[in-house]
Amino acid sequence: MGELRVLYRKGSHHNVLFFTERCNSRCLMCSQPPRDLDDGYLIDDMLETIPLMDPDTRVLCITGGEPTILGWRLMEVMTSVARHLPDTALHMLSNGRAFAYKETAKAMSQSGIRDIMIGIPLYADVASLHNFVVQARYAFDQTLRGIMNLARFEVPVEIRFVIHRQTVARLVQTARFITRNLPFATQVALMGLETIGFTRTNVSVLWIDPWEYREALAEAVSVLAEAGMKVMIYNLPLCLMPQKLWPFAQRSISDWKTMYMPVCESCTLKSECAGFFASAPFKYSDHIRPLLAHPSEPAA
Amino acid sequence: MNGLNRSFKSPEFYRRAESYKLLPLRFMRFDGNRYFVSGMGGEYLFMERSKLEQVVQGKVSTTDPLYADLLASHLIADEDSDIYRELVAAKYRTRQSRLPDWTALHMFVTTLRCDHSCQYCQVSRVSEDRSSFDMTPEIASKAIGLMFKSPSPCIKVEFQGGESLLNFDLIRYVVSEVKTRNDGRKLEFVITTNLANLTDEMLDFAEEHRISFSTSLDGPETLHNKNRPRPGKNSHGKTEEGIRRIRTRLGSQAVSALMTTTVSSLEQPKQIVDEYVRLGFDSVFLRYISPYGFAVKSASKIGYETEKFIQFFKEGLAYILELNKQGIFFRETYTQIILQKILMPGASGYIDLQSPAGIGIGGIVYNYNGEVYASDEGRMLAEMGDKTFKLGTVDDRYEKLFLNSPLLAMIHESMVEGVPGCSDCAFQTYCGTDPVFHHRTQGDFIGHRPSSAFCHRNMEVIRHIITLLEDDKEVSTILKSWL
Repeated sequence: MGELRVLYRKGSHHNVLFFTERCNSRCLMCSQPPRDLDDGYLIDDMLETIPLMDPDTRVLCITGGEPTILGWRLMEVMTSVARHLPDTALHMLSNGRAFAYKETAKAMSQSGIRDIMIGIPLYADVASLHNFVVQARYAFDQTLRGIMNLARFEVPVEIRFVIHRQTVARLVQTARFITRNLPFATQVALMGLETIGFTRTNVSVLWIDPWEYREALAEAVSVLAEAGMKVMIYNLPLCLMPQKLWPFAQRSISDWKTMYMPVCESCTLKSECAGFFASAPFKYSDHIRPLLAHPSEPAA
Repeated sequence: MNGLNRSFKSPEFYRRAESYKLLPLRFMRFDGNRYFVSGMGGEYLFMERSKLEQVVQGKVSTTDPLYADLLASHLIADEDSDIYRELVAAKYRTRQSRLPDWTALHMFVTTLRCDHSCQYCQVSRVSEDRSSFDMTPEIASKAIGLMFKSPSPCIKVEFQGGESLLNFDLIRYVVSEVKTRNDGRKLEFVITTNLANLTDEMLDFAEEHRISFSTSLDGPETLHNKNRPRPGKNSHGKTEEGIRRIRTRLGSQAVSALMTTTVSSLEQPKQIVDEYVRLGFDSVFLRYISPYGFAVKSASKIGYETEKFIQFFKEGLAYILELNKQGIFFRETYTQIILQKILMPGASGYIDLQSPAGIGIGGIVYNYNGEVYASDEGRMLAEMGDKTFKLGTVDDRYEKLFLNSPLLAMIHESMVEGVPGCSDCAFQTYCGTDPVFHHRTQGDFIGHRPSSAFCHRNMEVIRHIITLLEDDKEVSTILKSWL
């Protein structure tokens, strides 16, 4: 039997260009565990697909693996996007380490793409913890240098912090660190954990019920918001956070992998809620509950 | 680590450092056993004395919870990371990011004539003799030429007096001339005025050119009229009427007000705040009187000790915070300036609390007679016979005014990084320097910190604001909403 791979779906806001399975980090909670193989054919497919895409595509996401590992081939794809999809916004997920080289950061600024943002994870305010989480010595310095270089060349950056048992202790301090050292970042995303990939391998050291860290999350959000930074919460359902955080919560989970729990059936805010990753039944919060009325309206 | 898959390395593997080094840090006893420790980037930590001793002796263990805070605040560094150099440099550079733009504020003294005879002002003349005390278009034209030599992409033109509106023809001339000669700068015009002589014609002009107003409001009627005498004893009424007319014509944001604290003000901080609230302002600047403008003989009448001002300031601020708790959004401007310096990494736009000092390079004054001064206070001193801060005249070349004048020496001598008492002060990043004040009160640009009223006042104000931030959660939330 043959194999069918869906490379693009018209109308979806969650179209992804999957670049490579290779990565120079090995994060404890990686949802897409890296494999060291020659997958250059992915790029060839992509270069064939991009000209066929709907020019009205609003947003494309580049992910991996680590896209910058492809070096100049990354630029080939970006040039193609700039040419064939001039009105499409590009969101690239990268560990940012390659941008520690000024030339790489500069190349990003010269891709010709009008609307680009690079999402880069920062998991701590101190090197040893971040390096442990991404399992790479020097990664903290490289990533910070990369973020600063991208800012130097005016490439918008989103800083991403995944909350789990290893990172939560420095969540608030990292928020403060970002306001003092990286105030030029376009936005900061505080993210719930996706229980797939390495997260399953390491679940006992990573899992924490989001209900337990809701106060820390609230404080981190206010530290960032008070400093005038744009802050967003990804991958967390509304019932697991204080109501004052709802305005920051995004429906961030890709449409093809969103699900809701049976208990969510009666929830009146389901349509505004991020829901869960399809992988969530593996391990999820004990505090999921339906929200029965919109709090701004009187209860029925 | 229990539960970590064996293909992953433990946290200890990534914690290589066994010792640390101190980054430039400054500390002071804050209160009781609490020490305040700050770094070059402006981050601070509180700790007990014994802990501080451990820090400076290199004895804090890498597993101590404080260790990560010290690293992340850039108070110490270890060999796990060397990015701190770039981060601290970036933070220092960011704080000074307005410097390359050079002078943005250009003050034109349109006339020394004034209808008021305020006790705290030495510069104004109640005179009808226009020719002696008005700026001429010729002088203004040369000043505009100098102004456009400034590299600043934003130019703010502020008309000062005397009473600036008494020479309205010159304001008309300057505005139209500046607009004609503008080479692409972002322009802003402000008229500083007591509003007593505001006409509809002036409002038309302000509307056409989007000019805003800055006025003086010292508090309730009795206090204001006592501080600011004019024929008819109706300064307060005139000011209030002017504020309303401007708002009706130009919108609520088109007029701001400044108060000056005199000895009569000290007793009534609440009444002053209430007056600002009543008149629809959302902030007040509880401003210390500067010892420049008034003659020594009136010092005893309107001057006061720093300690009394601090008491006044704290009472006023406490009352404002009380209003906020009741749901009235209202700010104290000096607190807002200090908060911004403590909590935010950016450059402060307030030119009277900078290092390098803002004189000349933050703002410059073109006097009515063509003399050029490094600051408004500097030109007031000149009216009292001390021309130390005169940089030259509008006939001089721009390069001479800035480079071949006394300016650079004043600025570099007074930088907090090098001034005795400031160089090791834990509040250094949140403070600034004032060479004009220290020249006037202590005889040189540097001054003697233990006896400096400037130092005394700012130390107390900064300490008070940090105490509120640290020790009162509700107040801390209110203060952060002012940023």
